[in-house]
Amino acid sequence: MTVHPYIPNSDPEVRARMLRAIGAESIEDLYESIPEGLRVEGLLNLPEPFVAEADLVRHVEGLLNRNVSTRDAVSFLGAGCYAHHVPAVCDEVNGRSEFLTAYAGEPYEDHGRFQALFEYASMMGELLEMDVVNVPVYDGYQAAATALRMAGRITGRFTVLIAASIAADKRSKIVDYLKPDMGVRLVPSHAESGTVDLAALREALNEDVAAVLIESPNYFGVVEVDIAHVAEHAHQNGSLFVVSADPISLGVLAPPATHGGDIVCGDIQSLGMHQYFGGGHAGYIAVRDEEYLVEQLPSRLFGIAPTSVSGEYGFGDVAYERTSFAVREHGKEWVGTAAALWGITAGVYLALMGPQGMTEIGETIVARTRYAMKRLSALPRLRVHHLGSLHFREFVLDVNDTGLTVAEIDEALRSEGVFLGKDLSTEFPEFGQSVLVCVTELTTKANIDLLVMLLEKVTKV
Amino acid sequence: MDTTSNTINSAGLPVEAKPKLRRFHQARWDEPIIFQLSQSGQRGILIPPTEQSLAESIGGELDKLPPGIRRATPPALPEMSQLHVLRHYLRLSQENLGLDLNVDVGQGTCTMKYSPKVNDQLASSHKLADMHPLQHVETAQGVLEIYWHLEQILKEISGMDRVSLQPGSGSSAIYANVSMVRAYHESRGEGDTRDEVITTIFSHPSNAACAKTAGYKVITLYPDADGYPDLDSLRAAVSERTAALLITNPEDTGIFNTRIHEFVDVVHAAGGLAVYDQANANGILGIIRARESGFDLCHFNLHKTFSTPHASGGPAAGASCVTAELAPFLPVPIVERDDDRFYLDYDRPQSIGKIRPFTGVGPNLVRAYSWIMSLGAEGLRTVAETAVLNNNYLLYKVRSIRGVSVPYATGKRRIEQVRYSWEELFADTGVHSEEIGIRAADFGVHYWTSHHPYVVPEPFTLEPTESFSQADLDEYAAILEHVANEARTDPDLIHNAPYNLPVHHIDSGALDDPTQWAVTWRAYLRKHVIGKL
Repeated sequence: MTVHPYIPNSDPEVRARMLRAIGAESIEDLYESIPEGLRVEGLLNLPEPFVAEADLVRHVEGLLNRNVSTRDAVSFLGAGCYAHHVPAVCDEVNGRSEFLTAYAGEPYEDHGRFQALFEYASMMGELLEMDVVNVPVYDGYQAAATALRMAGRITGRFTVLIAASIAADKRSKIVDYLKPDMGVRLVPSHAESGTVDLAALREALNEDVAAVLIESPNYFGVVEVDIAHVAEHAHQNGSLFVVSADPISLGVLAPPATHGGDIVCGDIQSLGMHQYFGGGHAGYIAVRDEEYLVEQLPSRLFGIAPTSVSGEYGFGDVAYERTSFAVREHGKEWVGTAAALWGITAGVYLALMGPQGMTEIGETIVARTRYAMKRLSALPRLRVHHLGSLHFREFVLDVNDTGLTVAEIDEALRSEGVFLGKDLSTEFPEFGQSVLVCVTELTTKANIDLLVMLLEKVTKV
Repeated sequence: MDTTSNTINSAGLPVEAKPKLRRFHQARWDEPIIFQLSQSGQRGILIPPTEQSLAESIGGELDKLPPGIRRATPPALPEMSQLHVLRHYLRLSQENLGLDLNVDVGQGTCTMKYSPKVNDQLASSHKLADMHPLQHVETAQGVLEIYWHLEQILKEISGMDRVSLQPGSGSSAIYANVSMVRAYHESRGEGDTRDEVITTIFSHPSNAACAKTAGYKVITLYPDADGYPDLDSLRAAVSERTAALLITNPEDTGIFNTRIHEFVDVVHAAGGLAVYDQANANGILGIIRARESGFDLCHFNLHKTFSTPHASGGPAAGASCVTAELAPFLPVPIVERDDDRFYLDYDRPQSIGKIRPFTGVGPNLVRAYSWIMSLGAEGLRTVAETAVLNNNYLLYKVRSIRGVSVPYATGKRRIEQVRYSWEELFADTGVHSEEIGIRAADFGVHYWTSHHPYVVPEPFTLEPTESFSQADLDEYAAILEHVANEARTDPDLIHNAPYNLPVHHIDSGALDDPTQWAVTWRAYLRKHVIGKL
């Protein structure tokens, strides 16, 4: 047997010595409790390994090199996963062994993790103007689903209203997650503005409604400017108002709490995480510091605490008895390993950006989004939906009049090294052949001009 | 100078041998909260400026906003130079104990093993990091091929027929499995009547908690006198209301349930499904599989058994594995192969839908694939065997420490971990297991008690995976022995620990008091500083 570099005790001499010490004849003796009938006969049928690191690298890189990344192309893809710049310091910190390979130590030897996550929550708290932010859940979908279950537990009601301008996948997750307790009803958006239809919302509200969920900016990139009225209607009905917001927009947009948001949630992938083919997600849930809200959070909450030395900051779990770690099925939903390292990373991101950085990135994105909308809507046969509304980062581009499908245009652009946005034709059939286009601070004017030029060429009759 | 003498010469050489235990001291930077480091006007990073011609062509978009929609004052984030941000976080990192730096056998049930650096490098490639999940599949063939191969490998390891790599963690995979259980019974018209899930107290709390979240009444089985989940209790618990059994094997005691197939049969006979939580798979890779034990669904924690880093508590990754009968209910999409082309199939009408956005935690799926491909079938078996050997060796060392007992299955070998008890030491000294752990950390290691409730009194759980050497295990046992001796000679030394860590003894009294607790700095200032001025 070759001694494997990851397995020091694969050395036969060491194994023999250890077996002798414990009074066993062979490794087989250690498995005496496993009945023969359950055993695998022989070895598993797995591919031949690449035991030398150099060979492994060649193999895996060979596979990965078949990908065309958004760095190899000009990408206008968003729809829940975003290409923002990832500061080098973010990767430096989350690549540190001390954070990357730690897990669930105590607030003593893992003091750094507790402080970093407390600071993450604290900086998110400033952005959101809310006093309680959780240690991250898996992603923004989970955050919204949990926020709604929280509202169900608080109000004892059975329905939630969701603005229809939400990703179909996110809706799917919410429907599955709420199924045991609550049903979901959709509230339509205004065709013209893309914002939620207030009259329809008023009509849908009744005593069964636990919560109203609004995204702002919503899936179409539209900022919900009437958000305070939505809050008012929800509150008059005794419902909670849940707002999902991408924190990267909050340097320029007022935090949802100032408009009456009771539970604010979302995804933090934008704050320093790469796209990772969808692996960079983590979710935040924020509430006011009121016991009836805090008690319903399933996640861990790290609080600051004194130590036996004056002036020293210690940390620990706040209201641990809420959690399934403490009381199993009697806790609030469940808590487990989720996405803490992305929380630490988002903290690094916010500290680097500071107030001015967050303001500037918001302004840049708003400006670029408007520029792209303006240029594209000026092309013959192309339309931009909700043109009169304020957009952040995304908008719906309608190609129905071109006689081409989104798929056909996408293919033509791909051959020119451009990834068009997310095809909405099956997700939102009411738009016909339309596509969700995304513009971030990484999308230069030249990138947008290229898209305009290519679309003009491709859609020319 | 007398060069033949053994006495220490004027240069101080030779150096005396190191003591048996390390004189460890962790970094203690006494680092302020980040807001206290803020200095007005400092910048950590600059943003690409808006091109002037672009700005001119659109005018002031934000100026058109109705009042209240534009943020009135910038967020009160810290203002710091880049080095100062970096330095703060590097200091915090030094106040954290990663696996790479310690004999990490004390976090039982967590399967702390080495996460190879090469896999981190591969996962950081821009060919993965900068891949958007909605790219056309023609531009994502590499990553999809890796997902597809990883599914084939996990099928072989579990014996199951299909795998979803979408779940974000073990608990997320448990929830996905419970959702599939529900969808399965609904498809047979039994969704309303089968409303109970059975689990065991030595299975992870998420089994009970996910089932409850999914709407099930939870029945928990307790161990019999030998530590096995009680088969008679299971027989009494099953009925036409049983949706599923959620069970771990070996359980968190490291005891293998030899009658597992009977458990599965009892549940099947009642019309329920059997779901295998394989969080504890590290000692049985290539030895037994979910299929031969009769299970319908199982899941793996890729951050445990398959080496992806634990990341201070995630991102992790989970894999839900099912038989062909359950496959229609898997989350969408699943990866399919058509000759040499890989694609995503969303057209699955019976699917439970989405568990998380897109297709899974990309970097960890690549790491898990790479890890398996560095070992192969023989290597995986060596992993399992070595984890079990290490565990039984550590058991032999630790059980000889005065004050330790090893409840259940007396005289039997354990699989990959053991739940021990300091009950006797506590009776003699009044020192709790938690306190032993805090003092042990003074010597540079982690230590964990057990999930709640403490069925085993004064518990601690050790899981020495294949990553640790004999000398590592000897060192860990020596630390425990030393601390147990300290508890007998000077219990206050233990009560007042730690001494060598970033912070001293924490007073956690405020953390359960809503008027005092502070989860953010702003809450702390509001409750404890501004109010007191």
